[in-house]
Amino acid sequence: MDMHESVAVPRSAPQPAGLRLKHIERVEGWGMAVGGLSHVFRPTDAEGVRAVFDLARREGRSVGLRGGGNSYGDAAMNTGGIVLDLTRMDRVLAWDPATGVIDVEPGVTIERLWKTIIGDGWWPAVVSGTMFTTMGGCAAMNIHGKNNYKVGTFGDHVVEFDFLAPDDGGVRTVTRENDPDLFHGAISGFGMLGCFTRLRLQTKRVYSGRLRVEAFDTHSVGEMIESFEERAPDADYLVGWIDCIKGGRGLGRGIVHRANYLAPGEDPDGDLTLAVAAQGLPDKILGLFPKSLMHLLLRPFCNNLGVRLINAAKFHAGVLHPRSVVYLQSHTAFAFLLDYVPNWKFAYKPGGLIQYQSFIPKEAAESAFEEQLRIAQGAGLPPYLGVFKKHRPDPFLLTHAVDGYSLAFDFRVTRRNRAQLWHLAEELDRVVLDHGGRFYFAKDATLRPDVARAFLPAENMRKFAALKRRCDPHNLLQTDLSRRLFGSDLAATMESAGAR
Amino acid sequence: MLRDNCALVVGASSGIGAAVAERLAREGFRVALVARREEELRKVADRINQRAGEDRALVFAHDVTCFDEVPALFERIVEALGGLSVVVYAAGVMPPVALDEYHFAKDRQMIEVNLLGMIAWLNEAADLFRRVQAGVIVGVGSVAGDRGRAGQPGYNTSKGAQAIFLESLRNRLAPANVRVITIKPGPVDTPMVRHLGRLPMMITADEAARQIVRAIGRSWGTVYVPRRWGLIMWVIIHIPSFIFRRLGMK
Repeated sequence: MDMHESVAVPRSAPQPAGLRLKHIERVEGWGMAVGGLSHVFRPTDAEGVRAVFDLARREGRSVGLRGGGNSYGDAAMNTGGIVLDLTRMDRVLAWDPATGVIDVEPGVTIERLWKTIIGDGWWPAVVSGTMFTTMGGCAAMNIHGKNNYKVGTFGDHVVEFDFLAPDDGGVRTVTRENDPDLFHGAISGFGMLGCFTRLRLQTKRVYSGRLRVEAFDTHSVGEMIESFEERAPDADYLVGWIDCIKGGRGLGRGIVHRANYLAPGEDPDGDLTLAVAAQGLPDKILGLFPKSLMHLLLRPFCNNLGVRLINAAKFHAGVLHPRSVVYLQSHTAFAFLLDYVPNWKFAYKPGGLIQYQSFIPKEAAESAFEEQLRIAQGAGLPPYLGVFKKHRPDPFLLTHAVDGYSLAFDFRVTRRNRAQLWHLAEELDRVVLDHGGRFYFAKDATLRPDVARAFLPAENMRKFAALKRRCDPHNLLQTDLSRRLFGSDLAATMESAGAR
Repeated sequence: MLRDNCALVVGASSGIGAAVAERLAREGFRVALVARREEELRKVADRINQRAGEDRALVFAHDVTCFDEVPALFERIVEALGGLSVVVYAAGVMPPVALDEYHFAKDRQMIEVNLLGMIAWLNEAADLFRRVQAGVIVGVGSVAGDRGRAGQPGYNTSKGAQAIFLESLRNRLAPANVRVITIKPGPVDTPMVRHLGRLPMMITADEAARQIVRAIGRSWGTVYVPRRWGLIMWVIIHIPSFIFRRLGMK
């Protein structure tokens, strides 16, 4: 469809009359380790969003914004308050295949986005590890992909957005030029300033539905960093897997995957591979076992011994399949590893999982991550997954990105280890702060207020507090995460922290 | 947002329902009592509240065959209780039916009270518990639902269908962490069965309630009350039809 060929169809949602029993739902973080009850509303347009803001004011409740619910922790939860679930605002409003510019509502998922554009030879510039995140969530959390070091974060590819803030100033169109503070605050602002009602994105031209992929063994964190530094200049994507259970001389061993786009004409089947059907993930393992049941097979391995076995097998698989082999892989298979086994998180039931991701400046990354691995292993709580990425700074106010590296740990949560795990997270936080690092609200479930206020730059907090007072003077927008880290008056907390 | 330890008992004016409500209240639950006969409900509520020394039981008069009233009443009850964690459907009728009697009105009444009323109430509970991913649903059925006997075709059908409905709910709601329990009591000394005279292995309503409340605390699936009925019914279920027919079980 053409950019100028508007497809906006008015969809008037029934106005919520009050807080009713039928609206009460349990809302969980994606990792299932945290959850609570809220009144949930699912508007279909900006008017519906405004109606929920009005209802919240009348009822004296706060509102938390939620997209696909893929934040691991409590970033999209608002226990006891109202949750505004935006997944029904899911229309693609306009698409221009000549320029790769697309207008979408906030509930459009990455899946919907890539399926809309790939046939015309475009791909989202930045994607998360799952295709079920929504555009509103991606912008609010300013997500990054495996190409963060090269193309920046999601926000770097937002051209403009329409924004509805609780201050009741109506829907406004925000660009880098007309309101730079709000542009850089709303993106990364974890839903604390207002609701995106439309986003215009610039996508990336591709000439094939496949990527050229190579894998390399590394034997330590330092070696992994060297490998990234060596390959970053001419790799389009880089991602590392770390065997977090292996200690001693094998501490930090892992595998780096590098991927590159194919140049025009390089893929003889280019047009065919750009078809949506060519991007589908297989629904069976080895053509036999339904992937939807794979989490049941994974469950017996979801313990220290099982993960040790799986990690060792994965690392040593290179003996059978030499790493030097270059192969072609679809964009979806490379990008959306988290979707490869549907509901794999169920293997972590009943307690769920948390992800702990920290971002450390380049020069300190090796020592910080090695120290974190030793601390976690020493506590008897080794992460079951470790994912390593390279980043670059960006201009967004509450950004997590640094000129350096991140390592994301998946920890299994059980009733027995929960307190110990939260205590471990505190120890890992100390390492991050000592090394000048940062955290990422989309992943967080454990940060303490003093740590959050310590890692964010004072100047950024002052600017964000001013925006909060401007857009949401009565603190209508809150989440469990915002209250945990900044109390119920975020602006005041950030102002005082920023005045240090 | 929703308090724990709040229970709703449908069919609480007498028999097993009243006994379960009293037991739950003794264990600290706030209980909503639902039944057609308001006067009887008030007596049960008075006993509960006197024993507790506080208003722990609330009374809601309602005819379970008025299916359209259920959604609004359910919402009103949850608001009045301040939450809901357990729902027990114990309403049931078993009018006397002679062996040579084919009486549609009686059969219809049993299907409406025992089955359709249960579906109307438990659908509301299921929808709420699915959304909040917690809760226990209890349907009080009967061993009479395990086989089709000559004496009570309508009653057997209502109880058999109850069991299937509850099993379906159980399978639907298990992923949402909701327990659905089918209670299958043997003969219990209640006003409903007085016309049948003294039945073998009959227990008191209070004893049945004790076992049901224990099941609410920990069980999944089908629970025979008392447990020996599980073995007995296993044997009866496996009797071939051509033999069962000749045994003359009513």
